[in-house]
Amino acid sequence: MEDLCTQPLTGPAACISERAGSVMTAGKSKSGIHCSDDSLAGAVSQRACVFCGARVVLNPVTDAVHLVHGPIGCATYTWDIRGSLSSGPEMYRNSFSTDMKERDVVFGGEKKLAACIDEIVEKYHPPAIFVYATCVTGMIGDDIIAVSKAARSRHGIDVIPVESSGFISGNKVVGYRAAALALMQLITPKDGETVAPTRDLNFLGEYNLGGETWLIKRYLKEMGIGINVAFTGDSTVAALKRAPGACLNLVQCTGSMHWVALQLEKTFGTPFMDINFFGAENTAESLRKIARFYNDPTITARTEALIEREMTRIRPVIKRYREKLAGKRAAIYVGGAYKAIAIIRQLRELGMEIVLTGTQTGNKEEYAEISSLLDENAIVVDDTNPAEIERFLLEMKVDVMAGGVKERVLAYKLGVGFVDHNHDRKECLAGFDGAVRFAKEVYLTTCTPVWKYTTGTFPGRT
Amino acid sequence: MSHNTAKQVNENQCQQCMPLGGVIAFKGIENAMVLVHGSQGCSTYMRLVNVEHYNEPVDIASSSLNEKQTIYGGEANLKKAIDNVLRVYQPGVLGVVTTCLAETMGEDLDRIVADYRKERGETGIDIIPVPTPSYSGSQTEGFWAATRAIIARYARATEKHDRINVIVPHISPADIREIRRLLDLMGCAYTLIPDYSLTLDRPAGGKYQKIPLGGTRTEDIARMPGAPLTIQFGETCPDELSPGRWLEQQFNVPLVNLPLPTGVEATDRFLLALQEFTGRPLPEALALERGWLLDGMADAHKYNAEGRAAIYGEPELVYAVVRLCAENGIAPAVIASGTRTSRLAACLEPVIANLDERPELLEETDFATIEAASLRAAVNLAIGHSGGKFFTERHGIPVVRMGFPIHDRIGGQRILIVGYAGSLSFLDRLTNSLLEAKYATYRERIRHQMGITGGI
Repeated sequence: MEDLCTQPLTGPAACISERAGSVMTAGKSKSGIHCSDDSLAGAVSQRACVFCGARVVLNPVTDAVHLVHGPIGCATYTWDIRGSLSSGPEMYRNSFSTDMKERDVVFGGEKKLAACIDEIVEKYHPPAIFVYATCVTGMIGDDIIAVSKAARSRHGIDVIPVESSGFISGNKVVGYRAAALALMQLITPKDGETVAPTRDLNFLGEYNLGGETWLIKRYLKEMGIGINVAFTGDSTVAALKRAPGACLNLVQCTGSMHWVALQLEKTFGTPFMDINFFGAENTAESLRKIARFYNDPTITARTEALIEREMTRIRPVIKRYREKLAGKRAAIYVGGAYKAIAIIRQLRELGMEIVLTGTQTGNKEEYAEISSLLDENAIVVDDTNPAEIERFLLEMKVDVMAGGVKERVLAYKLGVGFVDHNHDRKECLAGFDGAVRFAKEVYLTTCTPVWKYTTGTFPGRT
Repeated sequence: MSHNTAKQVNENQCQQCMPLGGVIAFKGIENAMVLVHGSQGCSTYMRLVNVEHYNEPVDIASSSLNEKQTIYGGEANLKKAIDNVLRVYQPGVLGVVTTCLAETMGEDLDRIVADYRKERGETGIDIIPVPTPSYSGSQTEGFWAATRAIIARYARATEKHDRINVIVPHISPADIREIRRLLDLMGCAYTLIPDYSLTLDRPAGGKYQKIPLGGTRTEDIARMPGAPLTIQFGETCPDELSPGRWLEQQFNVPLVNLPLPTGVEATDRFLLALQEFTGRPLPEALALERGWLLDGMADAHKYNAEGRAAIYGEPELVYAVVRLCAENGIAPAVIASGTRTSRLAACLEPVIANLDERPELLEETDFATIEAASLRAAVNLAIGHSGGKFFTERHGIPVVRMGFPIHDRIGGQRILIVGYAGSLSFLDRLTNSLLEAKYATYRERIRHQMGITGGI
């Protein structure tokens, strides 16, 4: 069989011919990229599953119980998976599973699910339980909606089914929708309930990784604006239920939350705006955009003062890193397009050349935007795999890559620096301080003395 | 000993899923690639947990089943997946492990693979299917089942020779290397399976290989039936999954089932078994290492006697560590595994029979149960994988990390617990964890006990 991987890279080419349409060259490809499709079997996609998408969106709800209805693995692999921080409850850091066995698969798992819910309520009295469907429970047709409904009336708490059977798609975006539906079910006021309107805003698609929600909250507070609740970083069930009271919804991770913002607008009339706090320029722009919405001279003055102060503080630091990094070649492969776009901009601010950008879940419009941002001949790739990444990193002489855990180990093997920009990172990369942290990480991994040794050989005879 | 049977919910998992064990076993075979027949997420999760533990790229393909195939069958996707894996990776061996989804769908893997061979003709690779639905077992069963299936695929009646078979459980690459060093020092020729000592811990340097160099060679596996002896570190492995038992039943290769060589007794037993076979004396290098271990045990025994440990993880590792604790006077107060095996309790019985205190044994358990039992038993040390991080976070109890997975520390692939030297370095880690806690707290503790609040 042909081995495309060993052929020299002349223009963008995938290792498997069927993937050729998923790789394009910025400024050259006329037809646009093939994306938003199921992963090709055997291609070793870096994507996860619907269940994973749903769980990463909902898991930061700190006081909820997350109960995975299925065999053990799904719960094991998503236990405490995000670096989301909490200001109080720690319940979300546990992983509950109905631990289905062969008998449950044959005879159905509904009774076991109900028993598990009862046990959890008796032991912890949580305000809400999210019940996640997995491949097997979807396949055998367990009715998690009915079981959840019965448990809700039995215990008087929110028991929310999340329809996240993994096989529906390998695309996490489908899981984001399942999570979004669950969130809407949680926050929609029940008959007779009302939520008082406020001048505070909701912050959607923000997961408080490394305390990022808290940092932005501090900025907004200084401007004179309060955060009602974040979706879902450091949120509680009670705080989420107050979501309809916000006067504005900010949307950061558009992949997970754009649809929720639309629903909130439709249901409660709350306007929304896309913002992005990754990178100093993005942060400044986003803060100004928010200030404009409030249309209050005091807020505007405070915002400008904040931006001026922070930019003055970080500019010389960024400049120092820029001097070290200018002209280095960077690659990006991340889950969602909004993040890719933000990283492109940040790497540019550091004077770097971006030679490769890819995402797991981008759509056609997002890829068009990405390629418009890139220099000609940069490669854009959807749903790539280790063989392609290896080839791109080597042949395009990449110095540093931004991505997730699976890409990190491959980059290191190839002597390429790496910046973790995934959901299990422990560092704050948002806001002005995050921009400094990002620049520092890019610098320390690109310019580490280690690569000199790992790519060298024994100086004597071998 | 007690089992908690009434509880339904599993709160914080102590085990991984069954196909993961199968994947590890295949990674120990030369020029092998592995494919998970199921939805995309399964392979990605297994890659993630392996990548974090081994700090290596661990490529695992998926048949990426979606809704349509789930209804109409995954055959076409599986065949396409095999095609693509062969194209990109060009393996000599392709392990195909199943998932909960594929098994629930009732996929007939043997037939699909047979059809594939018929349709594609001679592809030059061996495709080895192994059913590993997670609702039937944990990674431990998956590991043994795949190892056994690999041996069964290649083993041929062959002339008698003097290479012994060595079958290892799910241990670290460093442990495999140490077992190999002991075998080399004892002058034994051997076939060790599965040998992922290089494939899951590859040294830097040279051209990057999609399938890393190393692993047990299939031509060596084929000759395993002619071996004079099988040594299997799998006392807790049930017979129906046991690769060594299979070789004994099919080809009359005598099986010596041993505990992992952790601690002086178990290492003695391993080397004694080799000595009986080779007739050679213990090499000076190993006699020295044994002496250093004993000297270290004497130096540390009073500190160790203050240790009350919770030991958790895969059965064979738990068994090995309990033995090490018992011979050093560390009380194995809680012994726990996410896996249930018919053999662990019986293996442990002679080790714990004469202890001052009866340990609590928890099988097929979760961390909520382990945590509660450990607090009741007032443990001051936990030994096991990263899942036990809450021991420290919530209760200030140190965790000495060993086993799989290690995702919150670096170097999971290098954790060594076997051999005289490995046992000593591991024992030092246990003792020093106790000492670290002691030195951090003893002044305050004694002040408090004596009611001292200010100067006298």
